[in-house]
Amino acid sequence: MSELPERSDDEELQPPPGAQRPKAPVRKEAARRRFIRTAALACGVVGVSLAGWIPVASAQKTRLRPPGALEEHDFLSSCIKCGQCVQVCPVAAIKLGDLDEGFGIGVPYIDARNQACDFSCDAVQCILACPTGALTYKKPEFAQKRAGMKLSRDPVLKAKAKDAEPTLNLKERIGVARLAHPEACLAVQGKGFKGQARGANFKGTMRYMEVDRWKPVPVRDHPYERAVCDLCVSECPIQDAIKLEEFTGADGSKRHRPVVLEQCVGCGVCEMICPVEPAAIVVDERQEWKA
Amino acid sequence: MSERIRVMLGAEPQKPAVISPEAREWHAMKRVNKEDFLAMKEHARQHGVVSHKWRNRRWAVLLFCNLLFTFSFWLDIQLLEGALTASRFAGFHLIDLNSALQVMLAHKHIIVNLFIGTATVFFLWVLLGGRSFCSWVCPYHLVAEWFEWLHLKLVDKKLVSDHQFHRGARTLFWLLFSALALVTGYTLFETLSPTGILSRALIYGPSLALGWVLLLLMFEVFYSRRAWCRYVCPIGLTYGMVGTLSPVRVMYRLEHCFHEGDCKKVCLVPHVLDMVVKGRAEHTEVPVGPDCTRCGLCVDVCPSGALQFDVKGLSRML
Repeated sequence: MSELPERSDDEELQPPPGAQRPKAPVRKEAARRRFIRTAALACGVVGVSLAGWIPVASAQKTRLRPPGALEEHDFLSSCIKCGQCVQVCPVAAIKLGDLDEGFGIGVPYIDARNQACDFSCDAVQCILACPTGALTYKKPEFAQKRAGMKLSRDPVLKAKAKDAEPTLNLKERIGVARLAHPEACLAVQGKGFKGQARGANFKGTMRYMEVDRWKPVPVRDHPYERAVCDLCVSECPIQDAIKLEEFTGADGSKRHRPVVLEQCVGCGVCEMICPVEPAAIVVDERQEWKA
Repeated sequence: MSERIRVMLGAEPQKPAVISPEAREWHAMKRVNKEDFLAMKEHARQHGVVSHKWRNRRWAVLLFCNLLFTFSFWLDIQLLEGALTASRFAGFHLIDLNSALQVMLAHKHIIVNLFIGTATVFFLWVLLGGRSFCSWVCPYHLVAEWFEWLHLKLVDKKLVSDHQFHRGARTLFWLLFSALALVTGYTLFETLSPTGILSRALIYGPSLALGWVLLLLMFEVFYSRRAWCRYVCPIGLTYGMVGTLSPVRVMYRLEHCFHEGDCKKVCLVPHVLDMVVKGRAEHTEVPVGPDCTRCGLCVDVCPSGALQFDVKGLSRML
């Protein structure tokens, strides 16, 4: 009986519960090593997670956020990284951030030049889909706010202009368009435009009311012919957000330039559709309106 | 119960102070002479069926849940929208408890949808057994399980060895990540969580972040067995606490046990199986503690059927 190895586990041979057996030196050493290993693991994991600060603090990438996004810090803290906004977007404008964006991993952004938000959904579906209020129709009381982010009046969606309720339920802008390269702008040069706005390989899509109210089509399937290039103005989905202004060039000829107005929400359609490379007009993400 | 929670938080399992008379009787009966005991053991072994029943069911459920997300989006059937961190099932909000906790602590505000979704998931997992989330749903669990096989092969060939950490580390991480979310205002843990990364990768396509997941897997293969799930992941602890009172658990039956310890060898959390050590069981039937992921590997491996799934109240009725 006594030679049974299992016997050591039998309770009669054990000291009463609570009484500690003195630890053998080997076990003590093993416990010490385990403690050091554990401490190293803790430092390692917390260290790696804190490294997520670097891209955020250095603002390596300032991303254009989907419509209705809270201010950046609030947005990063409240977004649960589920991508439901990605799933509802009819033009697939929304992408999720990767590891190189630190705390922005899994957080939605829009790369307007490749695919802008053109409000094809009519109702800003991404805001409806957001479960945590990171995208919201109206910023709550406690949320951080900036002057110049709020739109002076509800934006009117051109596609719904004839409806009883033509406005988008969007109170704040996500950025502001800016004519970054006036010298490259075809209208400024007095030129027109003919053909596919972004070439035959461009994958971006857009809703054209005259084609289909609910189905966005590829931009390449919708060629243009304009005596004066005004794509940024004609394709802008929001009323009174941008206009073409006439001026006289140095050589005395009639020229035009796009002028961004206060109703600009920063959706980025102008940046996507601009036919010159790089785009003459761009959206400054998270930028407030400056008169 | 408080002892089981203590063990989940990282304490070493203690020998029970009181052992019921019935259990004492069984313990005494197992002290027959060695030959008889071995003969019984052999008999049980020969009649034991090597089965992967629960493992296969579990893998099927896990793959189904995760691919339902993927195909919902790809095929645009809108049945299960979102990712594991937060989703809508046929329109109902479902929100991962740990992600919700991180967001609430970082953002310091509770949104109605978030609360509804969290409550739904909370009750779901109270019913289904807390950490069953880990083994039946979490995609990292499955991948880690496959890589664990590789780790065990290498251990077998004596090429690597398993370096263990203190299990209390996970409790520490839970507190640390909660505190960091509260202080910094960022959902720090989500940056690292392989659960979220894998779930999003399955739905929205591969990302650089998969490199981090691969790094974790390599760490587990070459240095420490199942290190992320065992010593780090706060999601596991969150669901463990939810499952404390769950009716679904694995039940240990002393009378069928030959104390061979195969169950502890396959278990992700072997400290919950302390009662299988000879002389430790305090009753003839002992439910396995809340840190158990209800993965069923022990149920599959036990040659004498001493470990079985059990639903409190229901099993007796059946």
